[in-house]
Amino acid sequence: MSKLKKALLTGSIAAVLGLPVVAWSDAATTPTYTPKQLTDWLFLVMSSDRAVYTQKIVNRLVMKEKVIKASEHFEDDKALALPAQMFRFGAEKVAEQTDEFTYSLQSLWPVNKQNAPRTDLEKEGLKFIAENKGENFYGIEELGGVKYFTAVYADVAVAPVCVSCHNEHKDTPKTDFKLGDVMGGVVIRVPIKG
Amino acid sequence: MLKYRNTLLWILWAVFTVTLITYYVTTIRNKDADKAVFLPGKTSDGHYQIERACHTCHGDSFTNADVIQEACMNCHGDALKEAKDKHPKSKFTDPRNADRVAILDARNCATCHVEHRPEITLEMGLTLPLDYCHLCHDDIADDRPSHAGMAFDTCASAGCHNFHDNQALYEDFLVKHLHQPDHLEKPGTFPKPNLGEIAVLITDYPIDRYPLQKLGIEDHDAPAPIQFHQDTVQDWFETAHAQSGVNCTACHNQMEGDTFTWTDKPDHTACKTCHVDEVNHFLMGRHGMRLDEEKLNRRLSPMTPAMARLPMKKKTMDKELGCNSCHDAHRYDIKQAAVESCLGCHNDEHSLAYIDSPHHELWKKELSGELPEGSGVSCATCHMPRLEKEYNWGEFYHTLVQHNQSDTMRPNEKMIRPVCMTCHSLGFSIDSLADREVINTNFRTEPSIHIESMNMAEKRMIEAGEKKKAIRARAQEEEQAQKQEDSEE
Repeated sequence: MSKLKKALLTGSIAAVLGLPVVAWSDAATTPTYTPKQLTDWLFLVMSSDRAVYTQKIVNRLVMKEKVIKASEHFEDDKALALPAQMFRFGAEKVAEQTDEFTYSLQSLWPVNKQNAPRTDLEKEGLKFIAENKGENFYGIEELGGVKYFTAVYADVAVAPVCVSCHNEHKDTPKTDFKLGDVMGGVVIRVPIKG
Repeated sequence: MLKYRNTLLWILWAVFTVTLITYYVTTIRNKDADKAVFLPGKTSDGHYQIERACHTCHGDSFTNADVIQEACMNCHGDALKEAKDKHPKSKFTDPRNADRVAILDARNCATCHVEHRPEITLEMGLTLPLDYCHLCHDDIADDRPSHAGMAFDTCASAGCHNFHDNQALYEDFLVKHLHQPDHLEKPGTFPKPNLGEIAVLITDYPIDRYPLQKLGIEDHDAPAPIQFHQDTVQDWFETAHAQSGVNCTACHNQMEGDTFTWTDKPDHTACKTCHVDEVNHFLMGRHGMRLDEEKLNRRLSPMTPAMARLPMKKKTMDKELGCNSCHDAHRYDIKQAAVESCLGCHNDEHSLAYIDSPHHELWKKELSGELPEGSGVSCATCHMPRLEKEYNWGEFYHTLVQHNQSDTMRPNEKMIRPVCMTCHSLGFSIDSLADREVINTNFRTEPSIHIESMNMAEKRMIEAGEKKKAIRARAQEEEQAQKQEDSEE
């Protein structure tokens, strides 16, 4: 047996014997997924929660049952918060508790101008998802001396009310959205080393 | 000779230096020592009362920004949350705003509110130049052409915007309240405190010790050795306390160690047993902040009018402020506490003008029974407004009195929704509060200033309405054209 083979065999045995121990002690803390997977999963949770709120709460109570309105000023109007607001409140709550990831809802045609893309990568990403329907955008950027993995996911007009509300809003810069259009995007950011 | 003189001088210098260092070190290490010697400059109006309790804001490290920030939030965090802060920290911790944070680090209160710098301290403890809005919103005219050419210092000083609290100033709120008469045709009334009605529902209320039942004058439970005047018992008997089962020992028996011991002069901690929120508010405000031992981590003497920076009446200069300084012990007359107690000390132009004000006329009519309860406007109506505290998502509400009298003052637009709009239009309220002269005469004069925000909001609303009509017409046209196309096919 050559020295190399011997070393490989010893290493393999050690690895196989040691693996369960390592897996047992470090499984919960050893990174086993990529930033892309992480942001994809986060987006899945965010978009699912938002879809549930939109369909099972807002659309059902406002459109079908007609028992309550949804309003931007939901507290003063004693109404339901708009799905986009509910999404933002979640993002704010997360930001109060951690800086390990951040997310926001942005658009090239925002009702509130503060929600327009700000960084170069955000601008590029939002343009990409608008022009390439069905695709996500991923990139790396450095902000404030920290490197981030940034993912941008399309936010599509799924209900007629998305279109009419945005087209008719007094602060909208775009008035010809149609059902199925990409209206904006969800930007998720995680800090990475290197 | 010269040599001796030099040696002596060196010894003197060494003794002096060591003494000085010892003095500074022991002073800074002693929790209860007077640390005035370390104050780098006059402290702001909001904090000067507690300026010698350095630890409250600076913590142990003295310079750690996170510790200082935590101290700010410890006292002001709840108010910011209630104000639906428009610029919360979470907005600036978002990496997408890193470039803005590099210009203005709004993650920390102390970026805009530096303490001990009187020469640059403006209203509300602001220590930034007034063009701070411009740092992030310099392109506002692109979005709001009406704002083109407005001076850089007019955003927050013209009654239009606040950095934190815009609950009465946001555009749709202005639109909703357009074209109301200055004095509403049907003015509202202010709600009555209702602790007696809901005490049974509050889990922390000591109902087991003092069940809610009406007590007779003979039921008082002051123990035998205690000497008191019969008038004291009569005063107590006539209050809500006696009506609600709150006997002498409820306030006078305070926990010392493991047992309840009689105390002749119960302080705010006794009141807190039942009036938790009121006492907490009191400790947040200028009347009670010196008594908040928990936050200050030391004992300070109570506030007195002599310490105040506002003009006060000479005869009450040494009055120590606690619950009983405004609410006379045993009588607890809330009407007296709402005006007479205030005017017993306050001696500024606005306070003195109250007696001849239309608000006082209403107050007198309420007292005489000519107007229903809650129609009058006392000092407390505006400065200590009634609040509705929600329990269990609206299962019941506790109507309580805000005892932090600064809460609706900084900025004064915070008064608009809970107070002014009960009887006045939004526009009239905004104009009045922006007019220093009107405030000085205690609202005896009409505002001579007009804030344009409502007109601007109305103009935008009309434009938006026209735009909406056009969009709907176009959508209809497109729909019809589509139908036409489909039928032709």
